[in-house]
Amino acid sequence: MSPPRTMLDKLWASHEVLTREDGVSLLWVDRHLVHEGSHHAFAKLSERDLPVAEPGLTFAVVDHYAPTRNRSRIADPNIAGMIETLRGNAARHNLRIFDLDDPAQGIVHVIGPELGLTLPGLLITCGDSHTSTHGAFGALAFGIGATEVAHVLATQTIWQRKPKSMRINIDGSLGAGVTAKDIALNWIARLGTGGAQGHAVEYAGQAVRDLTMEGRMTLCNLSIEGGARFGMVAPDEVTFAYLNGREYAPMGQDNDTAQKTWRGLATDQGAVFDREVTFIAADIAPTVTWGTSPEQALPVTAKIPVPDQADPAKKHSTREALDYMGLRPGRPLAGIPVDQVFIGSCTNGRIEDLREAALVLSGRRACVPGLISPGSARVKAQAEAEGLDRIFKDAGLEWAASGCSMCVGMNGDVVGEGKRCASSTNRNFRGRQGRGARTHLMSPAMVAAAAVTGAITDVRSLLKGRAA
Amino acid sequence: MAGWTQHRGQALVLAIDNIDTDQLIPARFMSVPRSQGYGRYLLHDMRRDESEKLTADFPLNRHEGVSILITGQNFGSGSSREAAVYALVDAGFRAVIAPSFGDIFANNAINNGLLPAQINESMISQMKEVLKGVSGELSIDLTRNQLKLGDITTTFELDKGWRVKLINGWDDIDLTQQHKRTIGAHRNLRNQSTPWAWPTGPD
Ligand code: SF4
Repeated sequence: MSPPRTMLDKLWASHEVLTREDGVSLLWVDRHLVHEGSHHAFAKLSERDLPVAEPGLTFAVVDHYAPTRNRSRIADPNIAGMIETLRGNAARHNLRIFDLDDPAQGIVHVIGPELGLTLPGLLITCGDSHTSTHGAFGALAFGIGATEVAHVLATQTIWQRKPKSMRINIDGSLGAGVTAKDIALNWIARLGTGGAQGHAVEYAGQAVRDLTMEGRMTLCNLSIEGGARFGMVAPDEVTFAYLNGREYAPMGQDNDTAQKTWRGLATDQGAVFDREVTFIAADIAPTVTWGTSPEQALPVTAKIPVPDQADPAKKHSTREALDYMGLRPGRPLAGIPVDQVFIGSCTNGRIEDLREAALVLSGRRACVPGLISPGSARVKAQAEAEGLDRIFKDAGLEWAASGCSMCVGMNGDVVGEGKRCASSTNRNFRGRQGRGARTHLMSPAMVAAAAVTGAITDVRSLLKGRAA
Repeated sequence: MAGWTQHRGQALVLAIDNIDTDQLIPARFMSVPRSQGYGRYLLHDMRRDESEKLTADFPLNRHEGVSILITGQNFGSGSSREAAVYALVDAGFRAVIAPSFGDIFANNAINNGLLPAQINESMISQMKEVLKGVSGELSIDLTRNQLKLGDITTTFELDKGWRVKLINGWDDIDLTQQHKRTIGAHRNLRNQSTPWAWPTGPD
């Protein structure tokens, strides 16, 4: 009998074309997703006059620079140029492009799953570090740089050394008002931004099994903030139900065969991981970042750290972060006033995220301005069909079109210098949302709570008497 | 890309942990074609004030011709933007020495001939003491994974596949194309055994 294998082992083996003497593998790529930022890679391809090896497995989408307002006339020539370049490259290489006016347009990591392009058992690459999102389906999905994007375009393969394996278990059930975002911020805060470096993370345990696909995607999405290029969850009935009927997913007989294979992907009983950690779901509270690194996060009930009381190795970075964030050491996190809010991104811009935010906002007014950019045009349509847009607009928030928007600010949606933003995104790096912007990461429900009170607030107090 | 085995250049310490890719090059500069050069965007918001003027007290602004950066933990964490590496390379950097690197950044560095040399934190502190806030000559030998700075001689860690690649200046596409037939065979096998792995799709 062959020894028990992890899901990583199985996925790796089925994509390995060959292994070089130094142990690096050449892997077959099932799906390659490109966006405006892939222009360097296309330029490399044309320098060598190479075609795209598998146009049928390559999909292009306008997201990073997508305007969220006035799409028909883009004022900034740089932004218009980036989108035009992608269109040109897609046309030249005969790629299916999800352009601004496409009803399926959206953020690459939102539309892949939505269209059924993302499936269990696949290897998926994209020139974006949050490609780990797709691992929520039991796929091997990872972000790559421009040189590697060019390589995948030219050969449909990629050289990789197999990462070490790590399992993060979340035992038991999450409390009310606690989400996948909180699980992620919590483990990153405990293990650090380098905590999973060099590892592929598999998430397991009751709380993970209980998550919807949206929640699992949020969890896998944030793996990179803990240093891991890969995050994954074993596919199960929740996965299959999500995929059922999606246009690029297998149908009928094919679907039956596929499901048989997919069921076999889960890590075998007794398989050993290089590293394994366990957290108790009930211990996790709604979590908020206070600094400029995703590991600088605490339960909303906590106080801002005091640099002199911090671990000596962290004293300096704590002080610097608080300086940048303009926060007084020792004050409670709850009650910190915010200037604006943002809900969106591939981390938390899906329909379920909007529902959670709407549950808090319904019948209430926001006392700070805010922008809501759904993760895709379909999420937008769905939200409108459910009347969520009305709730947001009645609360005084702006309801815009889909794109990366204020997650990265490339399209011009930025947070002003020195302004404080409660954000459902993934990075609180200095300047990520705009020069001098101060970002507090949290779940969409927590962002909604901050909008209602104008300050960082424990959402649980606003959920009383409201059905989840 | 040309390979290299030895480099001797001016090294400078930037004692900051977690210099992420958004700091290495802010997103707003990434629509520029590479041919225009990315050097002037390197650490843009740290180095320049609002009027784009270089701030006098930032270490990198006080020294010319530095080609080796000695820095803190988790350098290059964050996004997959290769532009972060372009900014370093276009500003004349050959190597970054740090206790740890973001995985995708390190990969991207190798693909552009930039060495991500990993050494432990105490060694970084020793180098800091030797340099005393100014730049100094450091030599790198890739064949022996060795760094020399003043009286300090130390080895650094580097994936052996990456080392070979840096030395030979290999381009992966050329390398991979030698395996075209093996790749084709793998594709066909996968296509037959797992037809569901190909998108069905409306078009
Ligand atoms: S939403 Fe943010 S993290 Fe996600 S793909 Fe866009 S820029 Fe990257």
